[in-house]
Amino acid sequence: MLIFSLRRLSLFLFTIVLLTILSFSLSFLFPGDQLINLSGQVNATEEQLALLSESYRQGDSIISQYFAYLSHIMNADMGVSMSSQFPVWDEVIIHLPPTIELTFVALVMAMAVGIPLGFVAAIHHRTKIDNAVLTLSMLGYSIPVFWLGLLVILVFSIELGWFPSSGQISLLFEVEPVTGLLLIDILLSDSAFKWEAFQNALAHIILPACVVALAPATIFIRLARTSMMQVLDSHYITAASAKGLSLRQIIYRHGIRNAMVNVIRDVGLQFANLVTLAMVTEMIFSWPGIGRWLIESIYQRDYTAIQGGLLVLSSYIFIVHILTDFIYAWLNPMARGKKYGT
Amino acid sequence: MVNLLAKIQCFMRMQFTVVIALLLYGCNYSEEISSNNKSIVYCSEGVPESFNPQTVTSGVTIDVTSNQLYNRLITYDKDESIIIPALAKSWHVTEDGKKVTFYLRQDVHFHQTKDFTPSRKLNVDDVIFSFQRILDVNHPYYISAGGKFPFFQSVEFGDLIDHVEKINDYTVRFNLKRADSTILANLASDFAVILSKEYADNLAANNLHNNLDMNPVGTGPFKLMSYRPSAYIKYVPHENYWGEKSTLAQLIFDITPSSYTRLTKLLAKECDVISYPIAHEKINDRPDLELEGKTSFNVGYLGFNTQKPPLDNKNVRKAIAHAINKQAILETVYFSQADDASTILPKPSWAHDSSIQPPEYSIEKAKALLAEAGLSNGFKMDLWAMPVQRPYNPDARTMAKLIQSNLAKVNIDVNIVRDYEWSKFLSLIAEGQHQSVLLGWSADHPDPDNFFTPLLSCTSILTGSNRTFWCNETFDSLLAQALLTADIKERKVIYKKALQILADEMPLMPIAHSKRYQARKKIVKGEILNAFGGIDFSNVSKD
Repeated sequence: MLIFSLRRLSLFLFTIVLLTILSFSLSFLFPGDQLINLSGQVNATEEQLALLSESYRQGDSIISQYFAYLSHIMNADMGVSMSSQFPVWDEVIIHLPPTIELTFVALVMAMAVGIPLGFVAAIHHRTKIDNAVLTLSMLGYSIPVFWLGLLVILVFSIELGWFPSSGQISLLFEVEPVTGLLLIDILLSDSAFKWEAFQNALAHIILPACVVALAPATIFIRLARTSMMQVLDSHYITAASAKGLSLRQIIYRHGIRNAMVNVIRDVGLQFANLVTLAMVTEMIFSWPGIGRWLIESIYQRDYTAIQGGLLVLSSYIFIVHILTDFIYAWLNPMARGKKYGT
Repeated sequence: MVNLLAKIQCFMRMQFTVVIALLLYGCNYSEEISSNNKSIVYCSEGVPESFNPQTVTSGVTIDVTSNQLYNRLITYDKDESIIIPALAKSWHVTEDGKKVTFYLRQDVHFHQTKDFTPSRKLNVDDVIFSFQRILDVNHPYYISAGGKFPFFQSVEFGDLIDHVEKINDYTVRFNLKRADSTILANLASDFAVILSKEYADNLAANNLHNNLDMNPVGTGPFKLMSYRPSAYIKYVPHENYWGEKSTLAQLIFDITPSSYTRLTKLLAKECDVISYPIAHEKINDRPDLELEGKTSFNVGYLGFNTQKPPLDNKNVRKAIAHAINKQAILETVYFSQADDASTILPKPSWAHDSSIQPPEYSIEKAKALLAEAGLSNGFKMDLWAMPVQRPYNPDARTMAKLIQSNLAKVNIDVNIVRDYEWSKFLSLIAEGQHQSVLLGWSADHPDPDNFFTPLLSCTSILTGSNRTFWCNETFDSLLAQALLTADIKERKVIYKKALQILADEMPLMPIAHSKRYQARKKIVKGEILNAFGGIDFSNVSKD
């Protein structure tokens, strides 16, 4: 397990270094002055520019400049946003937690719906139930997310009035930020309207999370179905069956557990897809997350924000990836022996 | 197998229950807030540039700040025709019109914010400070605003005021270089707000001059609680407000630039009021919503270059006015959301004269007038159509085409000129290159002089805002006469004469006064829209 952990950690560090190199090189690739692209100081005076040039070691070699950039990043200094002139790091701190919340809830939803359905389909292999589940998953996978987003707003917000169409919580509630994760912050607060606020925040997250969750859920259906079918086909299941265990016992004691292991392995891979969907969904639902912020920065040609946003968002995807690897290894001792990271 | 199915069914049932429970949460959420909370969420269209209306002219900023955070010495009443007391309980203008004295209220508190706790109430020092910053180019707060006070500079406030004088703690006098009856209108405009000198001094001591305009302290009915750029602005009622205190718990500006999103939020009950709504029919269809429109202080017109033949002949101008089917224009260009303009003054103006009727649409009359001018065979005319959208004229090119087809019936061959971008267009018009032009005017305050002088006086030919190049001495002397008196009745009589001259001479043909729209939930009560300037939430409540 130690070797496994070290390998994963070294992979993590290496990828992060690659990401910072990419982000650093973007400052050269974007139009305009490289120093201004890095710092975001569009209205800097001569003296300020001289100071900036010194702190980013502009006169030195590219390698030295890269290390200067890295030390700025380490000190949580990603420059200031070109459009708002607020520090990019502060903006990231504000916008990342809502995205974490949305993607996490969507992931849980996708797993909670997709995996059981996949198992059901596998158990009823080649029956009407199987066909129905597969059709459903095909349908869900084919719907474009922006169209689905608009559709659910039309039906559930405008026509039925059940859920709000935008934002994370009604602006009427004042929630003191502690962790940045709204649902948790509400529970931590001592406001008299705590439960109303929680309910309101929950109502806000349901529609966007369902929209984000749909496509991954269909993939989980297929993964879970294949995985369960493999397990049910294996020799130990035949052995268990020969021992006289009922199908129910087989599924509960051996099937689900062993099938889950394979599904968990792919959760990390699905996560990148999920974040991409979340970015589009954040735009549609005016969700105050980092995806929406990044897309708006792209519209405004805010190069500093684009660099910072990409770096943070890709690191986030990668961290989740590594975490699922660890969970997989924890569930499946055989995986710990694997030498190479995936 | 059966057992397993039963388990799965049970599981699905549980999930279904959870989903239903969440849906019920959803059903409840909006009613909960509206019944327990007396707050208003106003979905506005943009981000304010500043929190001080002295330094800007943008409508978004005026909406957010002027009537909410601040008060002026004087203001307009609900009908926006009479000036009424605000921070000044009364005022007096000397007979020669050169001295205006204001007597202040004594019980006016400034906002207490997290950065500032006022130690005294409003007095004359605050009034002098608020105007001195605009008048004195060496004032530190003149410098901190970059010397930009666009409204005051456009009305040449600095040239008019000699000095502002303190008589005692609650009496202040504006000494003018010459009489000007628009001084009161200017001081009642949304821009003439009163700031706290004590707060400004505190900031200056810490070298934080910019905070005066960005972290506002005023005397208005609301004070700023929090602001997140591009996201929201939260106000709470001012607990020591001198006037009637607001019954709202909070006033929230939810900044939503997309008009589609604003509409969605209104339909989904997330906004109580939205600015500039689209899809009016959809809103009218909903029993819980209402759409309201108010005629703005603007005018869209067809201007004739009276220096160029044959438009130097008033009969030709009148003939054109008779030949244009204005009703069709109002329906096509304004979608019937504008008032037919009979004069340059919109109906809410106190100088509006309803006895003057717009020229009737009659091809016969037009032909007769043209024959009288010796042009029964018609002529060729250039018509310049502005290349941009403005509230007073949302689509000048379509309007030009309609006019073209109308005038073809009386043998006038219209050539539409539209090849220039906006600033080039304006500069060529100011040079008088055009024969006729579709333009408009939005007033800064409701004083009728703000329509007459810039649009049609002889001096404004030189400054470039009179695009008709029409100069009439009788008309000009009437305008000057009106400025010398502060008596509204007297001024009404004078402006009536002026309007009659315009109707007879027809240097321009007024087309429409457009409306500003807003949609709200029916449970929101009170007047929000003003005919000119910013919106006002001070009298708004929620049932």
